[in-house]
Amino acid sequence: MVVESESTKDESVIDVQDLVTYYGTRKILDQVNLKVRSGEIMVIMGGSGSGKSTLLRHMLALNQPAAGAIRLFGKDPSKLSAPQLHAIRQRMGVSFQNGALFNSLNVEENVAFPLREHTRLDENTIRIMARMKLEVVNLAGFEKLMPSQLSGGMVKRAALARAIVMDPSLLFFDEPSAGLDPVVSADLDELILRLRDAMKVTIVVVTHELDSAFRIADRILVLDKGKVLILGTVDEVKSSDNKRVQNLLNRKSEDVIVNPDEYLQRLTDDLAGL
Amino acid sequence: MTYLIEEKNDYLVVYLEGEVDLSCSPEARRVILDCLQKQRHLLVDLSRVSYIDSSGVASLVEGYQVSRSKNLNFALVGVSDNALNVLKLARLDQVFPIYTSIEALLQGGS
Ligand SMILES: Nc1ncnc2c1ncn2[C@@H]1O[C@H](COP(=O)(O)OP(=O)(O)OP(=O)(O)O)[C@@H](O)[C@H]1O
Ligand SMILES: [Mg+2]
Repeated sequence: MVVESESTKDESVIDVQDLVTYYGTRKILDQVNLKVRSGEIMVIMGGSGSGKSTLLRHMLALNQPAAGAIRLFGKDPSKLSAPQLHAIRQRMGVSFQNGALFNSLNVEENVAFPLREHTRLDENTIRIMARMKLEVVNLAGFEKLMPSQLSGGMVKRAALARAIVMDPSLLFFDEPSAGLDPVVSADLDELILRLRDAMKVTIVVVTHELDSAFRIADRILVLDKGKVLILGTVDEVKSSDNKRVQNLLNRKSEDVIVNPDEYLQRLTDDLAGL
Repeated sequence: MTYLIEEKNDYLVVYLEGEVDLSCSPEARRVILDCLQKQRHLLVDLSRVSYIDSSGVASLVEGYQVSRSKNLNFALVGVSDNALNVLKLARLDQVFPIYTSIEALLQGGS
């Protein structure tokens, strides 16, 4: 299905403007600005808990901003009707960080699941489509296996096959290579690049892996405690003289500076009988 | 998507035109399978297809499989860059007989 292109002047597929968001009273994202251009691979990096997955959920219109705005394909999701939002969601594929496969379904059924949910295609068409995508991710021949019979890398690839089964024009991938050995992770990178080139998909990847980010990214966004530390091309990020960026590149963990009083308070809070 | 069917020598030629996506690939599938049901060799001309998604390609795959089971010829002609990219991603460019034009096929070229 093709949603008519909207009357906006800019070509961003995703436009995040001054996004602020909270979980409870904790500010998670603080004034985040980001435009993702059509056909680019945008990599989001940052330490654990810096807000990467949360930003992703906003870009999928799963969370509501406390302040600021998101535009997807030129439209504000909060102003769309349910069918309009559904049409936009059909153009997006996602593989969540914890997005496991359905344990009770075999690999092919997992990949075919979105087609069975969202389309009325003939069963033969659905099965051929699912198998084509398994071919794409090099899982041909494994369609009858159950998720428990797959290696970690195979699970990631099956999840990717499921994310692309509807030919999305926008693809999100949270931590594709976490926990995989470097060779498997390089294969996944290769696959992400092939997808972009063959299907002209716009891709947003969240990753911790620097090597992977440098291989696939057109641009990199680095989040630091909910704020944008840097947004730029691979070269711009590599040559940044920002100390925190350099620490990230050199995989140095920051020395945590403690406030002694607060720290003591944290350690002893709520203890009985002191 | 629209389509047109013509006879050429021993073949039926199905010209698909426009966007072959989720909403109309079932129609493309039906047209292709109907032609094969008539025991006719089949050419699918994609030169006027502006976009084809994997549901469209799946319909071609099924058509090709059915034609083989019936010992009928099946080929694609006028495969655009977009369509070729979709085929290549799943390595289907190595599966389908693909010709640059109907003339090329009928003259036994490529
Ligand atoms: N549903 C939730 N409810 C409350 N807090 C949450 C929720 N989801 C995330 N958080 C908190 O928000 C912060 C950012 O989480 P997020 O998952 O976006 O981080 P991340 O950058 O993806 O981290 P990681 O690299 O570990 O995946 C964390 O402190 C986390 O505990
Ligand atoms: Mg995360």
